[in-house]
Amino acid sequence: MMIRTLPTLKRRTLLTAAAAAAALPSVALPGVARAQVRIDITRGRVEPLPTAVSPFFGDGADANTGRELAQVIAGNLERSGLFRPIDPRAYTNTPAQLRAAAPQFGTWRQINAAILIHGNVESTRDGRLRVEFRLWDVFGEAQMEGRVYTTVPANWRRIAHIVSDAVYKRMTGEDGYFDTRIVYVSESGPQQRRVKRLALMDQDGANHRFLTDGRELVLTPRFSPTAQEITYLAYVQAGNNPNVLRPRVYLLNIDTGQREVVGDFPGMTFAPRFSPDGNRVIMSMAQGGNTDIHAMDLRTRQQQRVTNHPSINTSPSYSPDGRQIVFNSDRGGTQQLYTMTASGENVQRISFGTGRYATPVWSPRGDLIAFTKQTEGEFFIGVMRPDGQGERLLTRAFLVEGPTWAPNGRVLMYFRQGASDSRGQGGNPRLYSIDLTGYNEREMLTPADGSDPAWSPLLP
Amino acid sequence: MRVKIFAAAAALLFLAACESGTSGSGGVIGSGSGPVLANPPGTGQAGIGQAGAPRGVVPGSQEDLQQSVGDRIFFASDRTDLTPEARRTVEGWAMWLRQNPGVSATIEGHADERGTREYNLALGERRAAAARNALIAQGVDPRRLSTVSYGKERPQVLGSTEQAWAQNRRGVLLVN
Repeated sequence: MMIRTLPTLKRRTLLTAAAAAAALPSVALPGVARAQVRIDITRGRVEPLPTAVSPFFGDGADANTGRELAQVIAGNLERSGLFRPIDPRAYTNTPAQLRAAAPQFGTWRQINAAILIHGNVESTRDGRLRVEFRLWDVFGEAQMEGRVYTTVPANWRRIAHIVSDAVYKRMTGEDGYFDTRIVYVSESGPQQRRVKRLALMDQDGANHRFLTDGRELVLTPRFSPTAQEITYLAYVQAGNNPNVLRPRVYLLNIDTGQREVVGDFPGMTFAPRFSPDGNRVIMSMAQGGNTDIHAMDLRTRQQQRVTNHPSINTSPSYSPDGRQIVFNSDRGGTQQLYTMTASGENVQRISFGTGRYATPVWSPRGDLIAFTKQTEGEFFIGVMRPDGQGERLLTRAFLVEGPTWAPNGRVLMYFRQGASDSRGQGGNPRLYSIDLTGYNEREMLTPADGSDPAWSPLLP
Repeated sequence: MRVKIFAAAAALLFLAACESGTSGSGGVIGSGSGPVLANPPGTGQAGIGQAGAPRGVVPGSQEDLQQSVGDRIFFASDRTDLTPEARRTVEGWAMWLRQNPGVSATIEGHADERGTREYNLALGERRAAAARNALIAQGVDPRRLSTVSYGKERPQVLGSTEQAWAQNRRGVLLVN
């Protein structure tokens, strides 16, 4: 399978207030007033900021691209729960007016727009797409951001995501997470013979495509730090007999479609994750009834046993600095979370609440560990600090499992599944995202059932 | 669907499963000592234990195993040790494997849906290994036995009920 990643974008900051004046000499721009509008995302519930996203101006065929850019940006901002896009039919300046002159702020204030995003799109003579955008503080009457991007036309959605990230960062002070992808397991068929395929999509569900054909059972895909590779578990036929399967951790290159088994392990390998530097894959190896954690260096091919304990030790996840590992073990009698150094020393239990804890994942910010918790017949997604303090449960259901962090550590995705009846109906797993605050829980629409989501880092 | 029953309690589960429409018809037949045998649906007669393959069944086949011993054992929730019933079935497996020396087999370990995916994979592996170790202790050559865990990926009985979960926490001997 050949899947090409689109080329990296050239980007540069262009339109500071002064530069914008130079770029648009006919416009009398307002002074460099200090913008006041800002979203505080550390509070629990945030009133979404009324936001105008004007269709970007474009001539001829570019006008359509301009409309679509605005729609993708508005969709991103709306789904974050922090912005409330205003119906474009209420907008008080046309894209052409916004191109020619500064916004008439008074009229935008009348429709309660706190910020205004607009821009221009142009097909250049060498066949590229040039997009510039500006972000205005409507009440402060000041430009908050202005940039220009040039790319191949097929890349236009990424421009919309990068613009969304720029707006998010300017308004919240935090990095965005819109120029990212989700890899997950697409599911179909009866539960006893469930067909599972790796699928890849942009974080907004666009550009959905399958990475495997469903002939092999695949589970738990996870991105490399470059977002170019995926490590996952596949049940591959070992010889001629279809009954004899060899479940092993694999590495898949998204660009080339090439895949390879990770390491030469005698037993089943599973629960893989990359180290933050991308040089290692850490995973579980089960043999003879014992599951321990092993790491493999992808450059030297050297295998290292990290735990050595007659219990289940699985679901390892590195801290962002690569120095520590959080993992799942039943060494104390029940399933709990533990931390240790990357070489397996100084094992500490960190989960002490009621119930069983599983699937720990270290936040990219390092400040929290997300997990699945099972208690009193229900499942929960929660977070705790790496020392085990400050446990907070964000959502609950018959089954919720497998949280994955957006690269800014502010949003989690996981899958949710209902109880099924005796014909296997009703248990369809679906992807959901939720804000770290526990608000803004949303279903991520996928073409079929979905489970085991993994969020990519920001794309390179 | 074939469900092997080894105890009265399990028989009740079986009836519940029948009522919920997840299982075909079938009966439970005791044979005194040794493994308790079940006749699979459609055969209309009891399985035959130690005396070789039932009529019309290829000796050493999966069907032979199912009819003469039963091909699965069940585990308690979050447990990987063999119950007395499972131990008796595994003894039957060992005997059957001795009678069919050319057969190699895979032991599948499975878990119910009430656990997380990765932990359940480990749990299933431990269940399969428990059965394998018991077979080796009975004198079966380890080279004839491989294991694989499916965790919660391949339920046998549908439905989010205690009865279904009890039948999905299983080890299955699969003739290669």
